[in-house]
Amino acid sequence: MRLTTTESGAIRFGRRAGPRWEAAIEGALLLCGLVSVATTAGIILLLAVETLAFFREVSLPAFFGDTQWTPLFAEKHFGIWPLLSGTVLTSAIALLVAFPFGLGAAVYLSELASQRVRALLKPALEVLAGVPTIVYGYFALVFVTPVLQRVVPGLAGFNSLGPGIVMGIMIIPFVSSLSEDALFAVPPSLREGAYALGAAPLSTILRVVLPSASSGIAAAALLAVSRAVGETMIVSIAAGQQPRLTFDPRVPVETMTAYIVQISMGDVPTGTLEYRTLYVVGTALFVLTYVMNLASRRLRSRFQELT
Amino acid sequence: MAPARDRRNVGLVTAVLLAAAGAACSGSADGDRAGRTAEPDQRAIVALDGSSTVYPITEAVAEEFQREHFARITVGVSGTGGGFQKFCNAETVATGASRPIKPSEVTLCAEHGVEYVELPVAYDGIAVVIHPDNHWATSMTVAELRALWSPDAQEKVTRWSRVRTGWPDNEVHLFGPGVDSGTYDYFTKAVVGQEHSSRGDFTSSEDDNVLVQGVATDKLALGFFGYAYYAENRERLKLVAIDDGDDGNGAGPIQPSPTTVADGTYQPLSRPIFIYASKQAAERPEVDSFVSFYLRNAATLADEVGYIALPERVYGLAQQRWEQRVTGSLFAGQGARIGVSVADLLASTNSGAD
Repeated sequence: MRLTTTESGAIRFGRRAGPRWEAAIEGALLLCGLVSVATTAGIILLLAVETLAFFREVSLPAFFGDTQWTPLFAEKHFGIWPLLSGTVLTSAIALLVAFPFGLGAAVYLSELASQRVRALLKPALEVLAGVPTIVYGYFALVFVTPVLQRVVPGLAGFNSLGPGIVMGIMIIPFVSSLSEDALFAVPPSLREGAYALGAAPLSTILRVVLPSASSGIAAAALLAVSRAVGETMIVSIAAGQQPRLTFDPRVPVETMTAYIVQISMGDVPTGTLEYRTLYVVGTALFVLTYVMNLASRRLRSRFQELT
Repeated sequence: MAPARDRRNVGLVTAVLLAAAGAACSGSADGDRAGRTAEPDQRAIVALDGSSTVYPITEAVAEEFQREHFARITVGVSGTGGGFQKFCNAETVATGASRPIKPSEVTLCAEHGVEYVELPVAYDGIAVVIHPDNHWATSMTVAELRALWSPDAQEKVTRWSRVRTGWPDNEVHLFGPGVDSGTYDYFTKAVVGQEHSSRGDFTSSEDDNVLVQGVATDKLALGFFGYAYYAENRERLKLVAIDDGDDGNGAGPIQPSPTTVADGTYQPLSRPIFIYASKQAAERPEVDSFVSFYLRNAATLADEVGYIALPERVYGLAQQRWEQRVTGSLFAGQGARIGVSVADLLASTNSGAD
């Protein structure tokens, strides 16, 4: 489209659009927005209906009170804890990796790096987030785990340590770019004040900049964890498929997402209790990530009020 | 009028997008074989499905058959259970099974009026495997396997030392096929005593390569799957010799091998694998000749893909059973029977039955 400038100086599009056409465009754009809202609503509705159907057959104490998860087997147990512990364990390992590296990268990029280094490093770091997760999965399985097996005694081929570390590498860009935003938003006057009082650059960063950005950094960490909790491919490939209530990072575990994958690939008939476990685990996952996203938003808005 | 032209463009774009989406969908669903042929395929389609264990043989037979005949064979992999669902729904003309048909599947076929001829095509020995560095569990009794895999073992028998005194006091990591697989059904029946009954705290995967990977990289692992998957990965795995406590079929612990599986001494984990062919579909000449071709060539091709051929006599009996269209199951629709000779069963039911 050609842009022209009218006599009054306002920019006008080359073709004059009628008000009805305008309204149609508006309607179409609204529709685009509604698609995502409707999808979310549909997912919640579906999860709720199937979850309610599940809890008509399985009591809440059986779900929250049991420590075994074996819905596909002859002796059925529906305790969510083994799947939850698998998810928490892999995500915690991921955060242990991603937080120090991500925050370190953010501090360097925001406080210390020169413009040129920054322009080079930042996109390079973000490439990590663009690697397909199936590649990370096999990277964990056939490279990271065998390397770790040389140093960690008793590390099984499927374990939570390898995929946890790889997942941590994957979410480094989440932590670093969100933390960097938080650090960047700290007013320069605070830094200048610290320097004026004779503080060294390092103590300025540690004592002034990081504390003022802390809620923003915490929000970044939470968002990264919620990404790790929802991650499916890496843990399905490399962490194993054995629901096990453990915090030993060396043994096979099964996360909630890996269980969903396992059920979806089998021949579980629709409408059965086994089939509904899919939705119950999905709901648990949804609630978990939703709460974390909500907390992250809360923290971020608090941070924005502060600065 | 400009808006009208625009609207037409929008319509065009939508049409293109829809067509692209449609192409993408059909492309992923039907594989690229259909996409390559520009004009509709004139050949008759023979659709098969079923067990992932039987798939390698069926696929090899299909390949050979298509070289000589004007027909298109499609082979799906839905597992034994999923295969019977489709077969009894008359969606396929034959299905692979790594265990005999179950009563529920007999009923399903009867409801849809599908009559079937049960044909053994090869032997498989379920291999129990450990990590090559595992120096203790090189042989196990069936009782020990039962103690390890029964539902009571869940959360209790979690250490090697609990299986046999003297074995290391380390965790045992178990790997087994998914609950939809015929191999799982057969193993639980042969070892635990009840089909589909086992502990649930093990790595259970429908993908046998996941099990291979799990056992090959874990010194504390024990797993089981079809012999072909051991044969393919023999340098990464170690076999467990199994002692069934019955000296009548070979004394002491016995490892699975083409010999011990074929001569019936690797018990109780040797089993025949089958195809089930529909009697109705057999009226189509291409189906009839495909099944006959299958039985004529199964011996050679089973060897080629890593299974164990049945004795020559059994293929003869199976061919005869097919020609006579003897319907029903040799196993009386009761599912797997352990340690049974297919030859004897076939010989006793072929003539006169039905």
